[in-house]
Amino acid sequence: MLSREQVEKVASLSRLQLSPQELEKFSVQLGAIIEYMEVLNSVDTTNIEPMIYAVPTTNIYREDIRKPSLNHVTALQNAPETDGEYFIAPTVVEK
Amino acid sequence: MKYKTVIGLEVHVELKTASKIFCGCSTEFGSPPNTNVCPVCLGLPGVLPVINKAVVEFAIRAGLALNCQIANYSKFDRKNYYYPDLPKNFQTSQFDLPICEHGWLDIEVDGNIKRIGITRIHMEEDAGKLVHAGTITTSDTTCVDYNRTGVPLIEIVSEPDLRTPEEAKAYMEKMRTILQYINVSDCKMEEGSLRCDANISLRLAETEPFGTRAELKNLNSFRSVQRGLEYEQIRQAEILDDGGRVIQETRSFDEAKNITLSLRSKEQADDYRYFPEPDLPPLMISKQLIENVRMQLPELPDSRIQRLMATDGLSVYDANVITSTRAFAEYYDAVREMDGDAKLVANWLTGELSRLLNANNVEIERCPISPQNLAGLLSLIKDGTVSGKIAKTVIEEMWQSGATAKQVVADKGLVQISNVDEIVAIVEEVILANPQSVEDYRGGKEKAIGFLVGCVMKLSRGRAKPDLVNKLLKERL
Amino acid sequence: MEMFRQTINQLHKRISNGEIVAADVVESVKQRIAAVEPAVKAFITICDDSEAVAVESSSPLAGMPGVVKDNICTQGIRTTCGSRILENFIPPYNATVIDRLNAVGAVVLGKTNQDEFGMGSSTENSGYHITCNPWDLSRVPGGSSGGSAAAVASGQALWALGSDTGGSIRQPAAFCGIVGMKPTYGRVSRYGLVAYASSLDTIGTLTRDVYDNALLMNVIAGYDERDSTSINAPCEDYTAGIYDGVRGLKIGLPKQYFGEGLSAEVAAALEQAVQTYRDLGAEIIEVDMPNTKYALATYYIIATAEASSNLARYDGVSYGLRVEGKNIVDMSERTREQGFSEEVRRRIMLGTYTLSAGYYDAYYNKALKVRRLIKNDFDAAFLQVDVLLTPVAPTQAFKIGEKTDDPLAMYLSDICTVTVNLAGVPALSLPCAFTNNLPVGMQLIGAPLSEALLLRVGCAFEQTSGLANKIAPCGGGK
Repeated sequence: MLSREQVEKVASLSRLQLSPQELEKFSVQLGAIIEYMEVLNSVDTTNIEPMIYAVPTTNIYREDIRKPSLNHVTALQNAPETDGEYFIAPTVVEK
Repeated sequence: MKYKTVIGLEVHVELKTASKIFCGCSTEFGSPPNTNVCPVCLGLPGVLPVINKAVVEFAIRAGLALNCQIANYSKFDRKNYYYPDLPKNFQTSQFDLPICEHGWLDIEVDGNIKRIGITRIHMEEDAGKLVHAGTITTSDTTCVDYNRTGVPLIEIVSEPDLRTPEEAKAYMEKMRTILQYINVSDCKMEEGSLRCDANISLRLAETEPFGTRAELKNLNSFRSVQRGLEYEQIRQAEILDDGGRVIQETRSFDEAKNITLSLRSKEQADDYRYFPEPDLPPLMISKQLIENVRMQLPELPDSRIQRLMATDGLSVYDANVITSTRAFAEYYDAVREMDGDAKLVANWLTGELSRLLNANNVEIERCPISPQNLAGLLSLIKDGTVSGKIAKTVIEEMWQSGATAKQVVADKGLVQISNVDEIVAIVEEVILANPQSVEDYRGGKEKAIGFLVGCVMKLSRGRAKPDLVNKLLKERL
Repeated sequence: MEMFRQTINQLHKRISNGEIVAADVVESVKQRIAAVEPAVKAFITICDDSEAVAVESSSPLAGMPGVVKDNICTQGIRTTCGSRILENFIPPYNATVIDRLNAVGAVVLGKTNQDEFGMGSSTENSGYHITCNPWDLSRVPGGSSGGSAAAVASGQALWALGSDTGGSIRQPAAFCGIVGMKPTYGRVSRYGLVAYASSLDTIGTLTRDVYDNALLMNVIAGYDERDSTSINAPCEDYTAGIYDGVRGLKIGLPKQYFGEGLSAEVAAALEQAVQTYRDLGAEIIEVDMPNTKYALATYYIIATAEASSNLARYDGVSYGLRVEGKNIVDMSERTREQGFSEEVRRRIMLGTYTLSAGYYDAYYNKALKVRRLIKNDFDAAFLQVDVLLTPVAPTQAFKIGEKTDDPLAMYLSDICTVTVNLAGVPALSLPCAFTNNLPVGMQLIGAPLSEALLLRVGCAFEQTSGLANKIAPCGGGK
């Protein structure tokens, strides 16, 4: 089981608000899953390179060439709020 | 001050590639909001990044110019944090395998050269811009412009080798000069293409471990770098003197009030959850690529200064002024190629030409007087066609009209009078008109001759050859 | 025979003969949708205005109606990923696979239901509705590409695109009795596929027989400069050697896939399939893949870590759902609370936890190392055999609601499929039996870029099994 503080910290890092019931539930569930994951501790991985990429390619570049950007109206079409120029969001200051 | 200061700088440099780091959008500054954007830099669901080759080359170029080792294997990582200027809420950056490491940069303060270590240079994407109606604290909303999102950046991290705010400023200025020389960035602090965060701490002696540091942000000019650090130095010293403890925090420099203010404490340490970017295959940097980039590097300022002093015999001052920007140094080289007199060229560049550039707020790149035309003027001075003084009038005229020195001199009748008879006539007229001065001189007042020379020059509209005027006056007195 | 009951290959021949026109095919399939969609509920969005557009194309896919999983971006058609957080999101661009399908004149009839962001194995975790298994409406179609699989199996589409991060094409294909291909990572461009776990995600194909699957792969596979992880190698014609049979091929049975937990029906069906291959002249060899038992833990660590980062962008700022709040943090938290299901939030938190300071090496980096060991198991196996044969899922389609309360139990049903994504290799899921009127699937796994071989091996089985092109009754009897 994860502690309440651990779940709260993870929720905050994940930009999630949890109700007290959810907090309770998640600390049990996440704890169980993490416990299951601990099976990996028993694997000997000495001198094993982490496999970061599914295919071993390197040096995939594009040339420094400009391509057309989105039409301004299209760029803003999915915005929850806009003034026609900017995306508008609530203040960044804690209030 | 009884404390020793330790400063390290993190410099962000916007690269002047044509397109962004992971998409084809323009990097141009000052476009209308949200016009240089596409699905990739807007972080829309489903998009993938593809690295711009020029960004890697520019980063290598900067690394070589700053004496770094270039990694043979480098990769990108995600730095995860939430902020509305970051559409994906992670920044694609580099964590444990940056493209360049272990470099250095020499700065000069009070005539002493000091070597500052460069820890690393890594590539990353810039964030967008937040605009607030009113001020950030009073506004209820934030306006987001993603034009800057994805503009390529390199972050250059120094070792904590700087010891004074003045050194920090010198480091920034030197950094700008080098980055401009190698043509990777405009380095305009006012437009944000060169940005600086500073870590500063105090301790009692050089032998002690580092004290707790504050991170200074919002240092938007070279002056602010120095002033902000100076303020912070005093603030921390006062805390320590009172027996207090400096807390680790991020502080913002308020340019208008000339103070620093706490932004947020770092007691809750950031947890960026870095992990390798699975969407970008790693880079294997070949020796061949590094050598190709090295071949394209221009002569750098330190080496130019040495050359100007050793082979052209210039003073430290002149050599420094001339090499302050690559364009200025190249202008000097161009004039110098046509005119063998290095000292004369240097004098005119650091003197009259600099004055005109400053007075008119013009960059050397847009100087209306071409190197050929300036060389033309210098040759007229040397063959005695114009005096040094007249030449100053000529150069003004050349600046206005863009004409050659020869044309200006011909059009305005400014050719120097070196005909003895012509000058004698003027000298005699002056002697007759100023009996008092003549008497003073003859009575032993050597200074009086200066007035008489002035009168001759005035009557000749400055064209009489000064040494001849002197000689002929003395003969007749 | 009604056109919607035929395969792409059959219909293409009839069109080429001048017997029918593409518009007739589209009309037939649309009528089928009208008839059975209310019971199956495979779609999130039906494109009412879709029609066969004349395109200069000799592709067998020209004019052929199909469906696309709702996590593949379609310009001008909303793309929800099965999530309320993207309920009104209309992409201004097409995924590369959509451009490729448009170029050959394939017709997209709609966007199909899925577990939200691909997180689930039953399509019960959709923000919209539950899709029913067209063979038994009380059962799940599998997931996360459950809508795509159900649509193809019920005759509402001739083809479908799905995505597969840990089995999301293969398991629903098995549950719905159709053919599903999870290609080699990088063989099909991911550009426009909304990311769940970037190093595991692949787009793949669902069809009613193996040949059609090859035809669809011919259209969507290939290098794409917009996807840096795309493989820059030429694509073969996947139909070319498809009838070459399996005589002389070595088929491996990794013993770790046939252990406890396998239902009697699945075990029996697999045994029968192995016998069929033996009869067709293949050599059957048992192989050992000792790290298989670590795959599920490895998979869930890597997938959730990448997901926690990939799903960070849904913050209510520039697109998608916004729930108002007193400042940006509050707004984003409320938005994510309402927009994401509990399962999505659980996986985001899990991934955040394993990446956070102090845990990275113990979980994420450790998982990447074990991933390498699992990949090594496959490399070793393919030195011995040409393909591997395994179950797709330990059971047949389960009842709706049966596993929703226990997330770990649901994760365990992915046990046969996640290894393939970890190794990045291709795998084909195809029906090998019908037991109790429900399909059983088997999985053929190959070395990287061996899609053509997998299709050939699958085709050989299909030729004798008679299990190709089965249309599900959708509750309406045969």
